[in-house]
Amino acid sequence: QDLILPNGGTPAGTSSPASSSSLLNRLQLDDDIDGETRDLFVTVDDPKKHVCTMETYITYRITTKSTRVEFDLPEYSVRRRYQDFDWLRNKLEESQPTHLIPPLPEKFVVKGVVDRFSEEFVETRRKALDKFLKRITDHPVLSFNEHFNVFLTAKDLNAYKKQGMALLSRVGESVKQVTGGYKLRSRPLEFAAIGDYLDTFALKLGTIDRIAQRIIKEEIEYLVELREYGPVYSTWSALEGELAEPLEGVSACIGHCSTALEELTDDMTEDFLPVLREYILYSDSMKSVLKKRDQVQAEYEAKLEAVALRKEDRPKVPADVEKCQDRMECFNADLKADMERWQSSKRQDFRQLLMGMADKNIQYYEKVM
Amino acid sequence: MTENNFGLKKIEISVSEAEKRTGRNAMNMQETYTAYLIETRSVEHTDGQSVLTDSLWRRYSEFELLRNYLLVYYPHVVVPPLPEKRAEFVWHKLSADNMDPDFVERRRIGLENFLLRVASHPILCRDKIFYLFLTQEGNWKETVNETGFQLKADSRLKALNATFRVKNPDKRFTELKHYSDELQSVISHLLRVRARVADRLYGVYKVHGNYGRVFSEWSAIEKEMGDGLQSAGHHMDVYASSIDDILEDEEHYADQLKEYLFYAEALRAVCRKHELMQYDLEMAAQDLASKKQQCEELATGTVRTFSLKGMTTKLFGQETPEQREARIKVLEEQINEGEQQLKSKNLEGREFVKNAWADIERFKEQKNHDLKEALISYAVMQISMCKKGIQVWTNAKECFSKM
Repeated sequence: QDLILPNGGTPAGTSSPASSSSLLNRLQLDDDIDGETRDLFVTVDDPKKHVCTMETYITYRITTKSTRVEFDLPEYSVRRRYQDFDWLRNKLEESQPTHLIPPLPEKFVVKGVVDRFSEEFVETRRKALDKFLKRITDHPVLSFNEHFNVFLTAKDLNAYKKQGMALLSRVGESVKQVTGGYKLRSRPLEFAAIGDYLDTFALKLGTIDRIAQRIIKEEIEYLVELREYGPVYSTWSALEGELAEPLEGVSACIGHCSTALEELTDDMTEDFLPVLREYILYSDSMKSVLKKRDQVQAEYEAKLEAVALRKEDRPKVPADVEKCQDRMECFNADLKADMERWQSSKRQDFRQLLMGMADKNIQYYEKVM
Repeated sequence: MTENNFGLKKIEISVSEAEKRTGRNAMNMQETYTAYLIETRSVEHTDGQSVLTDSLWRRYSEFELLRNYLLVYYPHVVVPPLPEKRAEFVWHKLSADNMDPDFVERRRIGLENFLLRVASHPILCRDKIFYLFLTQEGNWKETVNETGFQLKADSRLKALNATFRVKNPDKRFTELKHYSDELQSVISHLLRVRARVADRLYGVYKVHGNYGRVFSEWSAIEKEMGDGLQSAGHHMDVYASSIDDILEDEEHYADQLKEYLFYAEALRAVCRKHELMQYDLEMAAQDLASKKQQCEELATGTVRTFSLKGMTTKLFGQETPEQREARIKVLEEQINEGEQQLKSKNLEGREFVKNAWADIERFKEQKNHDLKEALISYAVMQISMCKKGIQVWTNAKECFSKM
């Protein structure tokens, strides 16, 4: 379970596993391999705490191995903090608005409830960040994004960030979003279907998240009672002669059960819940991409209408309207491709996740027996 | 059902049914109660066939009457306890209602168990009233009351007094009393916590049932994942509902523990009887000693102890030698009587200790055997629960793998 496996398979296929059983899964997915071998491997590990005068924060080591021409060296190792990931994601959203960008783990943590520097929290976050980068790596377009490249390779990211800000102010982004003004009359069926799907999906996941949390809570309360239950048998055994041994035995078994249960709840909290949350965040970001797509289409349709109203007899459509059309069609295509990819990787993820959950429960019962 | 020697025949006893009845109570008010059918079968040695010899209906209060009678007439026996009058140590699913069918059923089993224990006790099984309880439906209550056993019962106050004042009880009884106090306290604690544990476990299983519903709803919007999710959801439902049977089985274990919780009280009753007898003995010995002293004083003329006679003598003058002689004679008679009594009390006391201790040893063995079995069956229950859990999750896992 501690193996940080590089991605096998293809960009279109699997996402990062956390267990070795998924290695088998990926090798079995022959239908997804299209002959390409992977040429980019990214890993997030080694969290370290940095204490400075102004603040304390954690950095993670990012290791990159690649044979791609875009990379000058075959191997890189840099340190990044959460802020940097956040920056990367924003950049990707800006520069590739027609694509689905994977979500980051939540930025803000309720102070007092969770300790930002606790081992569990840092580990959960590290896993999520690792997943984030691996998803980008898997993506045929996003993985070639220049911001991504810089993120993986630059010694001094901050310098690049500042540079990027300056550039932005001078040259507008080529595929900048249309802000307001255009309202879409009706979403084409297939995108409406995606929208509906995402709504229901996020809803169901939310419910599952709540159920899982409730189960963990009940299990913890059960654990509390078990912890009182076991010792009573010990007390009793002290009173008895012949029965002392069996009673003590029962007490020990119950203690055993308690430990196994604790492991189960810990595992579920660490491995199961974060994945659910990630997908909920993913759905949210996907929905906003859909909205952007709607915007683009709306702009196109509005311009088209404007042209029609001008009643010009030209068979040729003006250039800017054409551009709009192109944009819209690009968007649609990218989105569709991404959706397909997302669906299949989601399927993989959930399959693994739920199997993992089943596995954990099975292990729990085996230990308790 | 077990067999035992009852006179010369082997009999089998069972409490086979329970029925709700309405009737009028002592104050002529309508009440609802449950009656239990007791069936007695005699087993012929030769062919092993059992023949129904008696069958009658009794209610809980009659069982109580029987037990109280046995307590009075056999104070040296650890008398088996009755199942609880009201449901205690419940966890949320079971109602504390005496009319609840689950409670009635468990009580039926408890009452049967009580009768079987009495029937298999070497001393108690020979009791006439017990025999009549099984065979004579009408008039049994009157028969019992005619024995006048209530009058023979030791008053609570007397017993309490003896417990505090006794000077020299048999050490074994004192230890036994401590043991039974602690046993009672530990089993109570155990049952309370077990009820809470059961409650929590119930919660854990039931919430999993929600997965069933959500998976089903989710599967509706999925294409390839749909079937896997749907069937996995079904397994979650199975998991959630399996807890009901599991906890019902556990109730049986709890009942076994409860029996011994109540047995602790029976143990204490025997100890109390010993203390009472011992105290009685001590008082009698003390009384005899003081009478002897009085006599001696009268005879020798020295007054060492305070006495009313002494006072009045001082005030009103000496008594005549005839008067003194008369008093000495009375005292001597009393001393004789007292010595006889003390002898018989001593004998009684020793008999009691011997018999009681014999029964206590028998009880200890029974307890060790029964509780060991109870613990083993509890462990078996747990293992079976785990196996079921593994089964369900393995099935679910398979469904997930098909997603």
